[in-house]
Amino acid sequence: MTLQSRHLLGLEGVSREEITLILDTSESFKEILQRPIPKVPTLRGKTVVNLFFEPSTRTRISFELAEKRLTADTVNFTTSSSSVKKGETLKDTIRNIEAMNIDMVVVRHSAAGTPLFLTRCVDAAVINAGDGMHEHPTQALLDMLTIRERIGKIAGLKVALIGDIAHSRVAGSNIRGLLTMGAEVMLCGPKTLMPMFVERFGVHVTFHLEEALEWADCLNVLRIQLERQDKGLFPSIREYHKLYGITLERLEQAKRDVVILHPGPINRGVELDSDVADSDYSVILNQVTNGVAVRMAVLYLLSGGNPSIE
Amino acid sequence: MEQKIKAKIIDAEGVQRTIVRLAHEVIERNRGVRDIVVIGLRTRGVAIGRRLVEKVKEIEKTSVPFGVLDVTLYRDDFRRRLKQPVVQVSDIPFDIDEKQVILVDDVLYTGRTLRAALDALMDLGRPASVQVVVLVDRGHREMPIRADYVGKNIPTSVGEEIQVRLKEEDGEDCVLLVEAPEEAL
Amino acid sequence: MKPIDQLLIRNVEIMDLVGRQREKADVVICGDRIDKIGQVDFETFAGQIIDATDHLLLPGLIDMHVHLREPGREDEETIESGCAAAMAGGFTGVCPMPNTEPCCDNQEVVRFIKKHAETQLVDVLPIAAITKGRAGNEITEMVDLARSGAVAFSDDGSPVRNNAVMRRAMEYAGMVDMLIIDHCEDADLAAEGHMNEGEMSTRLGVAGIPNAAEEIQVARDISLARLTGCRVHIAHISARESVELVRRAKQEGVPISCEVTPHHLLFCEQDLVDYDTNLKMNPPLRSAQDIAALEDGLKDGTIDVIASDHAPHSVEEKDVEFAAAPFGVIGLETILGVVLHQIVDRQVLSMEEALYRLSIAPRRLLKLPVPQIHAGEPANFSLIKPKDTWIVDVKKTRSRSRNSPYDGMTLRGVVTAVVNKGLIWQPNF
Repeated sequence: MTLQSRHLLGLEGVSREEITLILDTSESFKEILQRPIPKVPTLRGKTVVNLFFEPSTRTRISFELAEKRLTADTVNFTTSSSSVKKGETLKDTIRNIEAMNIDMVVVRHSAAGTPLFLTRCVDAAVINAGDGMHEHPTQALLDMLTIRERIGKIAGLKVALIGDIAHSRVAGSNIRGLLTMGAEVMLCGPKTLMPMFVERFGVHVTFHLEEALEWADCLNVLRIQLERQDKGLFPSIREYHKLYGITLERLEQAKRDVVILHPGPINRGVELDSDVADSDYSVILNQVTNGVAVRMAVLYLLSGGNPSIE
Repeated sequence: MEQKIKAKIIDAEGVQRTIVRLAHEVIERNRGVRDIVVIGLRTRGVAIGRRLVEKVKEIEKTSVPFGVLDVTLYRDDFRRRLKQPVVQVSDIPFDIDEKQVILVDDVLYTGRTLRAALDALMDLGRPASVQVVVLVDRGHREMPIRADYVGKNIPTSVGEEIQVRLKEEDGEDCVLLVEAPEEAL
Repeated sequence: MKPIDQLLIRNVEIMDLVGRQREKADVVICGDRIDKIGQVDFETFAGQIIDATDHLLLPGLIDMHVHLREPGREDEETIESGCAAAMAGGFTGVCPMPNTEPCCDNQEVVRFIKKHAETQLVDVLPIAAITKGRAGNEITEMVDLARSGAVAFSDDGSPVRNNAVMRRAMEYAGMVDMLIIDHCEDADLAAEGHMNEGEMSTRLGVAGIPNAAEEIQVARDISLARLTGCRVHIAHISARESVELVRRAKQEGVPISCEVTPHHLLFCEQDLVDYDTNLKMNPPLRSAQDIAALEDGLKDGTIDVIASDHAPHSVEEKDVEFAAAPFGVIGLETILGVVLHQIVDRQVLSMEEALYRLSIAPRRLLKLPVPQIHAGEPANFSLIKPKDTWIVDVKKTRSRSRNSPYDGMTLRGVVTAVVNKGLIWQPNF
């Protein structure tokens, strides 16, 4: 068993067997993370560049730790805006970096499709760490690992994604991954934050949190970007919290053993109340731990396979 | 893939007898089982290791700790392979510091797996000593590594391979001399 | 491109797109005029002879929607390179849009373009801006612009947002019976969009532009055309709702017309699956349903014209991440081939009807003389081999830009000569 693609651009087209392989491999890496020396020499001599065109401390640190735990050399290239405006194109940037002999690229960019674009520019393996409103595959993988760990399975589960679905690459990858793994998916949020024709993916859509609460085994509560309010996509934080905020009181309508995930960072008191985030329902910190393991697994699985040796 | 069998070197009873003998040798050389821990290397070292631990318990009436080690991530050949080997969980639920670690594998060949296992052990702690048990030593070493306890020495040629079959993994106990598959040559 | 002294085109099939007739004859051209049509003894003919068996002779094609980038972005296209691409595509006329730098909103720029096109075979007939600087606030000196050679008005690319300004523009242009061409797009609805809004934009995670962004402005333009009586032309119509609006307005007698591009007929949003920036255009590629509606619009005459919206962009600008790439594709050299291959072969239109929309219909909308293939008339025609096929190789384009979505495609209809202004151009095969 091995991955079909040299890159991880998204979970679109990634098979159930491949996702299972990544999750199983992640469990092996979790064991390593618990050792006194939580490090293996697997990627010794390999260079990974973390190319972050959007600020993201968490994902970058998670990837960087994963790389270091595998003994890869890591380089960070972080810029708040793409450097296109300064006259250098993304293609130039990546070619320059590749000329320094890199093996893998982890990329975060505000434009959907950028990781695919990079695969056409360089030979290195490309891992998508989030592209625009498209996909964020390692986040969905760590979410699924966390769910599988807590409940023991993914197939047959009912997972509700709550919040800003339209702008969420986390939702983009979770929908694809969960459906592939045989889970049922419900999307819940205001119509203004719901993408067009998303029901054609084969998901349930509701605008009413109560419906999602009663239905779901797991709630994946998405971060609401507060600047969306400035664009008039919802009228106020107050009303958003009132309609879609997860409170302990609300959870009385949910299944007793409901599991709550959040990709972080949390807007406490907006999409998720503090006492919920810190409750036994929450697996948010497990998600963070699992994030490193999943990223190690992905790096490991994409790092080998020297195509020149047949 | 079905490989052509050239000879059955050890039969089921032979496998069992060999493990009993190895257990006795381990106890004898360590003058008992104090501070001994047994670690089986995935995949077939695990089953052999477990049987070894059972035998030791029968003989000495004492349980010794048993763990499982996956050395995939420490291998030196992984970048040369086309496909990435599947990583499995290592499970060593005890401290190996100052212990007499008995590493168990099925076949000793180039020595590279044991080299990787030694590196992995060093990351886990600082054992007092590391001793190696193998069911078969087939020669062709590429590393300065030797086994402390050998079930049977079976000199082989390049076109041959040793296949250890165990009930736990393969449904039967035996050691076969087989023709190496084409791509391995 | 060279001057014509005496030219005999032998045994050619003349396609009269107005009378819808075909006849086989020999055609003699002297200088810039057709001298004779009939039987000619070629053995005693003293000039250049083209054996045109299996060729069609058509009234010169005209593309009423192109971007030539000069003045301002000569790295992407010049009047000369744009005309070269036009000739290779079988065109004897092009209408460049005013979004140059400086903008074509004054007589100086119109004159600059006319002057630079003087020596070209291709008639370059500039479209001037509706508002100064295409800023949407103050209307341009339309009468003077018309007198200096502008053939229509448009703020293509940055449509007039203010309804009152658009009304005044229509009233003013209507005084001199000039055509207002509108790129219909509601700026707020289309804001930040990079492709059609639909299932595919959701799948790709790219912000979408809904059909309604076009439909709303088409509806606005129809209302204002009805109010002012000004002739209004909808550029590159793409949404099925817009086609229906135009159809109903025409039935009602509103002076409205519209055009479609070949790429909106050939490609749909699904083709963006690999984020190909050469399929990023505005209006965006729509759905299969929209394509069907566009085909119906062509069939029943709702859509009057086919135009390329030839929009050259440099490789540096297009070879970037999808969201950063500018809208638009080149198309002058491929439009005839796509029309014959896709529109005619798919039996959307007959060859005569398709070519009419590339030659006669745009000239009538722009009040330009229609080339007649008769003795004594100016020689303005295109010669094509309609059955021959060719493979698009973008590296060989005459345009200065390479942003073609047709690279590698097999198209039908090979241009063998274009004739205009006493000049002939033939490709070197």
